Amino acid sequence: MSVADDLCARAIELVDGRAEAQATASAGRSSLTRFANSFIHQNVAEDRASLGLTVVVDGRLASASTTSIDDDGIRRFVDATIEAARLRPVDADWPGLSGPAAMPSVDHYDEATAVASPTERAAIVKAFVDAGGELKAAGYCATSNRDYGYANTAGHTASGRDTIATFEGIHQLVPGVSAGLATDASVRLADLDGAAAGAHAAATARAAADPVELEPGDYEVVLQPECVATLLVFLGFDSFNAKAHLEGESCIQLGAVQFDPSVAIWDDVLDGRAVGIGYDAEGTPKRRVDLVTEGVSVGLAHDRRTARKAGTESTGHAIPGGESWGAFPQNLFMAGGDASVDDLIAGVERGLLVSELNYCRILDTKTMVATGLTRNGTFLIENGAVTKPIRGLRFTQSFLGALGPGNVRALGAARYAASNEEEVLHVPSAHLGRWHFTGGAKG
Amino acid sequence: MFDYAQAAVEGALAAGATYADARVVLRRSQRLSCLNQQIEAMSQDEDGGVGVRALIGSSWGFFATQDLTDAAARAAGQHAADIARASAIVSGPPLRLTDVPVNETHWETPHTEDPFAVPLSGKADLLVAVSAAIQAVKGVSLARANVTFWDTNKWFVSSQGHRISQHVVESGGGMSATAVGEDETQVRSYPQSFGQFETGGYEVIRRFDMPAHATRIGEEAVALLTAPACPAGTTDVILESSQLALQIHESVGHAIELDRILGWEAAYAGTSFLELPNLGSMRYGSELMNITADATLPGALGSFGYDDEGTPAQRVDIVKEGTWVGVLSGRDSAAIAGLPPGGMVRGDGYNRMPMVRMTNVGLLPGDSSLDEMIADTDDGIYMATNRSWSIDDKRLNFQFGCQIAWEIKNGKRGRMLRNPTYTGITPQFWGSLDRVGGEAEWVFWGTPNCGKGQPGQVGHTGHPASPGRFRGVRVGVKG
Repeated sequence: MSVADDLCARAIELVDGRAEAQATASAGRSSLTRFANSFIHQNVAEDRASLGLTVVVDGRLASASTTSIDDDGIRRFVDATIEAARLRPVDADWPGLSGPAAMPSVDHYDEATAVASPTERAAIVKAFVDAGGELKAAGYCATSNRDYGYANTAGHTASGRDTIATFEGIHQLVPGVSAGLATDASVRLADLDGAAAGAHAAATARAAADPVELEPGDYEVVLQPECVATLLVFLGFDSFNAKAHLEGESCIQLGAVQFDPSVAIWDDVLDGRAVGIGYDAEGTPKRRVDLVTEGVSVGLAHDRRTARKAGTESTGHAIPGGESWGAFPQNLFMAGGDASVDDLIAGVERGLLVSELNYCRILDTKTMVATGLTRNGTFLIENGAVTKPIRGLRFTQSFLGALGPGNVRALGAARYAASNEEEVLHVPSAHLGRWHFTGGAKG
Repeated sequence: MFDYAQAAVEGALAAGATYADARVVLRRSQRLSCLNQQIEAMSQDEDGGVGVRALIGSSWGFFATQDLTDAAARAAGQHAADIARASAIVSGPPLRLTDVPVNETHWETPHTEDPFAVPLSGKADLLVAVSAAIQAVKGVSLARANVTFWDTNKWFVSSQGHRISQHVVESGGGMSATAVGEDETQVRSYPQSFGQFETGGYEVIRRFDMPAHATRIGEEAVALLTAPACPAGTTDVILESSQLALQIHESVGHAIELDRILGWEAAYAGTSFLELPNLGSMRYGSELMNITADATLPGALGSFGYDDEGTPAQRVDIVKEGTWVGVLSGRDSAAIAGLPPGGMVRGDGYNRMPMVRMTNVGLLPGDSSLDEMIADTDDGIYMATNRSWSIDDKRLNFQFGCQIAWEIKNGKRGRMLRNPTYTGITPQFWGSLDRVGGEAEWVFWGTPNCGKGQPGQVGHTGHPASPGRFRGVRVGVKG
C-alpha cells in the first residue's frame, strides 16, 4: 500500500460512520533546477504528502486539507472537519459520493524519472546552456513523482502514480529584446534533449537580433505550439468548464459551429502520450472527452456537481476546490497535421511568426477577448519566408475567434508544448488568417 | 520549533554549506464562498514543515520536508547542501550576502479579533445575507461573496545566529454582482476586484460593511449591460484608488524587484526596463510621483516584523519626486548591486524558497481629491475597479480593463461607460500624473494573489493609493 493509499484508508476509518466522506491523498518528491545568466542559481526540492477530506453531515459539507499526517494529526484533522461541517448550511447541490467503478489502465510513470538526481537535471541544463555559446540562458528543468490515493465511505477506492519531467529555457542575445524559447515535457526525463532545445532557442535568439517596430493592426500569424497551448489553457479553464457554462459565463454553445472545421480538441489522459492519473478528485474514472469535433462544440468538462445539474454524467474532471472553480480539462489535445512550421510560413504572404504569448488576461469570458504580448521571438513573414525580427507586440484578440470558422488556414504537426500559464498540452502550430495587434513598444 | 530549524541549519553546514537558514512554518487558512445564497465552498487547509536554504558557491540549494523531527530536519539540511553542490555543474560567480543585524526576537500582527475564533455559522450567515441583497436586484445572475483568513506561525534560524519567531494574521474578502447579457457579462465588485485583504483579524471584515454596498454593485452591474461602450481615443483618465494600486503593483512594484533587474526571473516573469546604473537619476514619473516600499504600515497586507532572511521590516524610498531611487532587494541581490538589504524576501509557506517580494509598495498621498480632480477635468474618463491586467516582461507596455467608468464633461461626472480599457508605456504614463488624492482617500489596498517564481509562489502584497489623474491616455482598446 502506498503512502497515499494508507493516508486515505486511515482518514476514512477515523470518520467512523459519523459522515459521508471522501479522502484524497498524494505523496512524492518535486524538484526544480533553475538557471539564469547562464548558471544554476536556485535548485530546490521537497518531499510532501498531503491529505484532503470532504465530509457531509446531514447534507452539510466541509472540505479540508493537511500535511499533518501522524496519527494524532489525522485524528484531530478528521474531527475538526466533521465539526466544521455541522456549522454550515445544508449544501443543496451535494451530488453524493461516487460508487465503486472500474478504473482505466493508466500508468504514466518512469522509475528513472522518479529518482532523478539534481546532477541529472543539471546535465540537461548544461547541454542547453552550452548550445547557446555566448548567449545568456535562463529557464528550468523539473522532475516530480507522486503516488495518489482515493477512498470514500461508499466503498470506492482508487490509486495512481505519475512522473513528469519538464524543461523550459530561453537564450537571450539582448535580454528582453532578442531571445528564443524552447519547451519540452514528458513522463521520462530521458526524453528531454537539452542540446536540441538549446540549439533551437539559440537560433531563434540570433535570428531575433536588431528587431524593428511594426505598426499594430490585423495580421496573418503562424503561432508556434507554445502559443496554441496558451489559447487552449484559457479556453479549457473559462469555456469548456461546465460550471462556467451552467452559470452563463462560458462562450461555448453546444452543437454550434464555433471553430474552424479543421479544429478538433479533446481531453484524454488515457492517451499514451499524456501525463497524469486515471481518475479525478471525486474518484470518477477519466475517459476521453471530445470538446470540439470538426469545428462544432460538442463537450464540456464535468464533475459530479455540474453533471447532476446538467442531467449528465461526470466526465472525470473534478479538481480539489471544484465547488468554486468548476471542472476543467487537464489533458488537452488538439489535432494537427503533417506540416512543419516552415511549411506554414511558406503559405503566408505577409504576416507574423509568433513564438510565445505572454501575460494573457481575459477581458470577458463570454467573448474570450484577451490581451497579452508576444515575446521570445516575433518575426515578419513576407512572401512565404521570414524576413526580419519584430519587437514584441500587444494584442487584443478573442481566443475563440482566433480558432473560429474560416480563420484557421493550416495546422502543423502537434507536439507537447508548455503554455505561458505553466500547463503542458499536446497541440500543433497554426496558421491563422487574422490576429488583432493593438500596440507596440510605443504603446 | 526553533530546534527543528536549528537542526536543519546544522545539517546543511555539516554537509558543506557556507551559509544556511531554515524556517519552520505552520499555516492555517479558512475560506468560505457563497453563490446565489448557497455556501458553495467551505474549506480549511493547514500545512507545515521546515524548509532549509544552503549556499554553496553560486547557487542556493533548498529542501523542504513536512516531517518535523530532529532527524528529518537534519537530513533536509544535508539534502539542501547536496542540491546546491550539484549546481556547480553549471556554475557562476560566488554569491555573497550583505550583513544584517542578528536578532533574537518575536513579532506578531496587531489584531483584535481572532478570525478563526469567529463561528463559521456567523461567517456563512453574513455571506448568504450579502448574496441575497445583491440577488434582489433584478437582472443580476450571479451574486458572489467570500471571506478568507490566514494564520501563520514562523520560526527562523540562520547560521549567523538569527532566532526570530513571528505570528502573522491576515483577513479579507469581498463580493461581486454579475449580470449576464446575450453577448457579454458585466461585473461589479466591492471593496475591490477579488476582495480586499489586510493584516489583521475579523475586525477587517466588519469594517468593510458589505451589506451597505450590495444593492449598489448589483444595480451597477445590470446598468452596465446597456451602458454605452467606452470610446476609443486619447483623453485624461482618473483612476479610482484600487485600480491605481494595481497599476502601482504591475508597473512599479515588479519593475523594481532587484532579482528581475539582475535577470534571475528572465525566463518566466521577465526582467525590468530599469537598469542599475540609472538608479538615482532616471525619471520614472512626474514630480507628484512619490513611491515607498514600507513593510511597517499597520494593517497593510505586506506588513511584517522581519522578512524571511531575518532582516527587519523597513520603509525604503523607491521613487522620490519622480526620480527612481530604490529597489526591492534581499541579502544576495543587494550584495551584487552594492546596496543595503531591503528586507523584502519572503517565501510562500515552508516549502518554497524565499525570494524578493513586494512589501507595501504604494503612492504617497498628494493634496487633491477625487471630487476636485473631476471638477478640474473638462473632458475625461473616471475608471474604477480592475477587471483585466496585462504588462510586458520588462514592465513597460501595459493594458488594463476596469469594471466601470464614467464620462467626465466640463467638470461633471456624466454617463456610465462599459468595458473601459486604457493602455500605455510605464514612464510616459507616470510622467503624465498631475493630480494625486490626499490622505483622506488613501487606502492600503491588498493583493493576495501575486504570482512569481518557479516553482510558483503566491505572495501577499500591499499597495497604498489614493485616486490619481493622468493626462493624455489611450483608452477604449477593443478586440
